[in-house]
Amino acid sequence: MDPDRESSLEHRGAGDATPQPPPRAGDRPAAVPPRPSSGGTAGRPPAARVPRETRLDSYVDRYATRTHGMAASEIRALFSVASRPEVVSLAGGMPNISGLPLDVVGDLVHTLVLGHGGHAMQYSSGQGEPRLREQICEVMRLEGVEAHPDDVVVTVGSQQAVDLVTRLFCDPGDVVLCEAPSYVGALGVFRAYECEVVHVEMDDDGLRPDALRQALQAIADAGRRAKFLYTIPNYHNPAGVSLSTPRRAEVLEICREADLLVLEDNPYGLLGFTDEPFRALRADDPERVLYLGSFSKTFAPGLRVGWAVAPHAVREKLVLAQESATLCPPTFSQAVVSAYLAGHDWRGQIKAFREMYRERRDAMLESLEDLMPPGTTWTVPQGGFYVWLTLPEGLDAKAMLPRAVTERVAFVPGTAFYADGFGSQCMRLSYCHPTPERIREGVRRLAAVIEQEMQLRETFGAGRASLPTYDTPNPDLT
Amino acid sequence: MTHELPGRVVVLAGGLSHERDVSLRSGRRVAEALRGVGVETEERDVDADLVPALLKDRPDCVFPLLHGETGEDGALREVLRLLDIPYVGSGPTASRVAFDKPVAKAVAHRAGLLTPPSVTLPHATFREIGAAVMMDALLARLGVPLVVKPTRGGSALGCSVVRRPDDLPGAMVGCFSYGPVALVEQFVTGTEVAVPVVDTGSGPRALPPVEIRPDGGVYDYAARYTAGSTEFVVPAKLDDEVAAACARAAVTAHEALGLRDISRSDLIVDEDGQVWFLEVNVAPGMTETSLVPLSVQAAGLDLGELCAELLAVAKT
Repeated sequence: MDPDRESSLEHRGAGDATPQPPPRAGDRPAAVPPRPSSGGTAGRPPAARVPRETRLDSYVDRYATRTHGMAASEIRALFSVASRPEVVSLAGGMPNISGLPLDVVGDLVHTLVLGHGGHAMQYSSGQGEPRLREQICEVMRLEGVEAHPDDVVVTVGSQQAVDLVTRLFCDPGDVVLCEAPSYVGALGVFRAYECEVVHVEMDDDGLRPDALRQALQAIADAGRRAKFLYTIPNYHNPAGVSLSTPRRAEVLEICREADLLVLEDNPYGLLGFTDEPFRALRADDPERVLYLGSFSKTFAPGLRVGWAVAPHAVREKLVLAQESATLCPPTFSQAVVSAYLAGHDWRGQIKAFREMYRERRDAMLESLEDLMPPGTTWTVPQGGFYVWLTLPEGLDAKAMLPRAVTERVAFVPGTAFYADGFGSQCMRLSYCHPTPERIREGVRRLAAVIEQEMQLRETFGAGRASLPTYDTPNPDLT
Repeated sequence: MTHELPGRVVVLAGGLSHERDVSLRSGRRVAEALRGVGVETEERDVDADLVPALLKDRPDCVFPLLHGETGEDGALREVLRLLDIPYVGSGPTASRVAFDKPVAKAVAHRAGLLTPPSVTLPHATFREIGAAVMMDALLARLGVPLVVKPTRGGSALGCSVVRRPDDLPGAMVGCFSYGPVALVEQFVTGTEVAVPVVDTGSGPRALPPVEIRPDGGVYDYAARYTAGSTEFVVPAKLDDEVAAACARAAVTAHEALGLRDISRSDLIVDEDGQVWFLEVNVAPGMTETSLVPLSVQAAGLDLGELCAELLAVAKT
């Protein structure tokens, strides 16, 4: 009987079907239900009678051990809702390139293809195009880095540089030092190479030198040695803080004492809201610091052009590793970046990006101030894309995400930025993409979600929800 | 083909529910299968442009593959009915009843099916009366192990199996993150079986039961959508008599709830061969790792042809 075909639709509505007391164990149906009429699809072969076992993946017993943690995750699935326009996504770290002069870029590409298409669409050097490497040196000069184009290796975004460096330095089980929290994409690389990540605490002035000393001591006491310190000194992703100038010298000194290589990842360095960019760590210790840069935030992430600047011997190996990974970084993308840097006021464009991000940062900080319940704290970024928010005691950001999606707001739970399951009380909020109005609306929704979650915790105590802890990096999270 | 090919078909997938990602995959698979048998098929998300688009460019039929709220709670089907556009699957009222797990359990129970003892409670009740006493009462009535799940929703989102009383608060919190009302149900140990029911015009019939053996013991989100992490046996390794009882249970649920065209009942066969009804889905998953396509294949049917036949008998 189809209730939607009855004359009165309410006849069998939900109100009629009051839940009954549950049957007790041992209850049996009064009568065996009658066998259904033998309808069906005419002319079909009979159903298979022999049970067949399947795992829907015939390669299941062949994958490498390191892939065993790779599983579908509820959290990733929830992010698919976050991409819908109804949802205010404070989750995505996608640069806001709506201000890019596409007509200018279009003209550059047109000229490039007609004038140099044969070269731009051919394989090229594994190290990257010489002209672009010169221009990269010019860009880095803004942060005090004096490098020779020979020291530069162009990579497929700085993400690939993290991969290549880890490939060169790390065997399974090797220790890598990272800030706590750290960039989810780098943690994904370290996991793929089976590194052991040791997190080092930060505060509002960035990486804490005392915590770094402590971590190094603990590693030495265990008879081990860290391969490098991975750090994002400027406008940290996800923490939003920067390493203060006095601490820069101190951190470098500690690394010198411990003879520790530093991997300085600096995609946001030119996107500060103050007048002068921070001086790069690399500028003060070129032999110890391997510097990673990117055009993803200052120009266009879709071109996938980043770079590494390394001491000579390391650079040689990076080029070999690059050649085995990709033969060469994309020639065409490099040519587009090169033409853009040569033919457009890129410094002016970066200034416009900074103004746009500053306005959004202000909108987020103001609305957090206005709307967040007591007990919530957050960092105050002076550049970049992110605010790191700490929830009131007992709340779990990941457990809140389904409710947030229901309320049409998204964030990234803090655990994504730790290799060890920490960070559950924190979340990353990004202000780079939505308009200031949408940011205010998003924070308003988020405040309501936190209030509801506080009620829930009040009711049930601090019982941890059992959600999976494995977060795979996702392009939207970078 | 025993039916005429339907004309232009719109497969609806996506939406804003927690199961958006699963729905998109189901939609893609069904659309591909339909194209494979020559049906002109367009995939569409559900958003503010949907109704104007359907009115302007009226399809001959809609195949809704939205999982979770709007897709399964009857709302979208009500919209399609308003627009007088034929669609595959159950009507709005039946969907509404089936989507609410405790209500569906009650209807199934009345139709003579066994269903595990359970208690349904909203968050507000725990808040007003006190969680500790409520949880003690739940444990006293149902014992452990038990299952906590949101009353509305699928893909095991927000579901947990509680094996120790101490795990109950965490399970309740996890459940209430997905919805305001919890179904707390006695966990029946046994063989997990899913039975699709299809009706292509001559009455509902059960397709071969699929037995589910997740590696980790629990068929949770990761076990459902990570290829390789669950072993399926099709048809389930059951005695003929038990297999027939599963088929009858699924058809009984389908009929008692007034469902149309296609449904999938999730059952447990306990050690004594008793069949327990857990829940029924009016928009069962059709992804690469979903149960219905496995059963369709085991029945010797082609997914595209079956979907085309369902479209051919679709009603408004």
